[in-house]
Amino acid sequence: MQFPGPGKNETTSAGQTHLTEPLAVRLLLITLALGFLSLFLFVPLAAVFAQAFEKGGGAYLAAITDPEALAAVKLTLLAAGISVPLNLVFGVAAAWTIAKFEFPGKSLLVTLIDLPFSISPVISGLIFVLIFGLHGWVGEWLFEHDIEVLFAVPAIVLATVFVTFPFVARELIPLMQSPGKDEEEAALVLGAGGFTTFIRVTLPNIKWGVLYGVILCNARAMGEFGAVSVVSGHIRGLTNTMPLHVEILYNEYNFAAAFAVASLLALLALVTVGLKSLTEWRMREGR
Amino acid sequence: MFLTSRRKNIIPGFGLTFGYTVLYLSIIVLIPLSAIFISTASLSWQDFWAAVRSPRVLASYRLTFGASLVAALVNAVFGLLTAWVLVRYRLPGKRIFDALVDLPFALPTAVAGITLASVYAPNGWIGRFLEPLGIKVAYTPLGVVVAMIFIGLPFVVRTVQPVLEELEKDVEEAAACLGANRLQTFTRVVFPALFPSLLTGFALAFARGVGEYGSIIFIAGNMPMVSEITPLLIITKLEQYDYAGATAIAAVMLGASFLVLFTVNVIQWWSRQYTER
Repeated sequence: MQFPGPGKNETTSAGQTHLTEPLAVRLLLITLALGFLSLFLFVPLAAVFAQAFEKGGGAYLAAITDPEALAAVKLTLLAAGISVPLNLVFGVAAAWTIAKFEFPGKSLLVTLIDLPFSISPVISGLIFVLIFGLHGWVGEWLFEHDIEVLFAVPAIVLATVFVTFPFVARELIPLMQSPGKDEEEAALVLGAGGFTTFIRVTLPNIKWGVLYGVILCNARAMGEFGAVSVVSGHIRGLTNTMPLHVEILYNEYNFAAAFAVASLLALLALVTVGLKSLTEWRMREGR
Repeated sequence: MFLTSRRKNIIPGFGLTFGYTVLYLSIIVLIPLSAIFISTASLSWQDFWAAVRSPRVLASYRLTFGASLVAALVNAVFGLLTAWVLVRYRLPGKRIFDALVDLPFALPTAVAGITLASVYAPNGWIGRFLEPLGIKVAYTPLGVVVAMIFIGLPFVVRTVQPVLEELEKDVEEAAACLGANRLQTFTRVVFPALFPSLLTGFALAFARGVGEYGSIIFIAGNMPMVSEITPLLIITKLEQYDYAGATAIAAVMLGASFLVLFTVNVIQWWSRQYTER
């Protein structure tokens, strides 16, 4: 399916005019596409940073070093720091089981792993309210034993783990399936142990995929709003993550501060998108 | 025990990884998710029916599903166009544009929400040009559509793009040799090949729009009966301690998203049949 030579998908070179559109049509299509992207992507992205610095660098620094903002940063890092490693270990285990073995119900398992993606964030939060709320399954027991889960850090972490659950697994499953298991079998026949085989044979093949999954998982973990908003209770300095802190500042009409904190998250998104392109490029090179 | 292609699988770790996968999946996803269904099942039929069919809830379905449909259609058209331009044309800065298409996946929805609200407000960077034309975006149902276009944008581009990249040029060349003009080649040869992926992207964008919360609530204005989306209504019910009402509406939304998920699987199965023929 490869076209020979560089620029395999470009047809603008002379001699192939029957395989592309007239110049006027090309310019029109490019203008329309860039206009669309500008209206919905580029202008809003620029607006985040413009409004963050609207009141100058001093106000910006004050907004992001505010104790409540710092507490929100800390909680966001904690939630991501717990959910990313958990879902990474799960992703590797799930991909190993699904890619290297045959068993009944495999496609059902793959579908179930993707489930959190098709559920509204608000509903993801609601399920933890139904379990840990005062009228929930274990709410009364928790209350009697004075254990705080809902409207406290544990529920925030749980909701974050839930919404970021499929990220690493869904990247690794196809990646580990495609090369088959010949290389691992060769290593095992030559006497390597299971763990050595994984570290020396499997891991080098999937390392960029692991990184890719972790980057996306982390971005979602730090940016999750709906699910966390339902379970957090919005207690300032205690149960506010960065996105929730942005909401509170915005609703208090403290726009410059809201956009200052938002600009940190936008920066994270830009780094995520950049790293994502880089790993995609590395995965294509490695193939 | 587990045989693959008539010989013993010598790869170790099945018991451990399979057991861990199922256990973790159950604890994090399946058991919590069953809470919705168990709580819904404990409602009486009348309560359930009353909760999911009150006028305010019906108005929110109309807005949520209607706006998602419009946004997914806009994304289908402009997503196809964007994928086409990114794959087929030479363009300075193309790699940057290409990378930025993923931004709605990476940008926290709350950030997207406050930004879109300020940009499309009557005095905002884009809103100030729409205001004289009599177009109000922020704090109207149109704002809901704008936010849904933003968050659904990558889906169509990212499902169509790889198919377009893999498309054999020979077929287009053959069409051209046989006397088809460029438009005929596109509508008769290229578009049918892209159609299943376009439909998948459309369905994914639609599903994402229906469930979206964070980027919408800031720009919508959230007026009951006018610009209040269903996910917000679930939160409103929760804040009033109406757990039964919230659960009933959530069950309806879950049903809708499973329906879309099922449709996407059918489309992909159908397109595999189509391409293998």
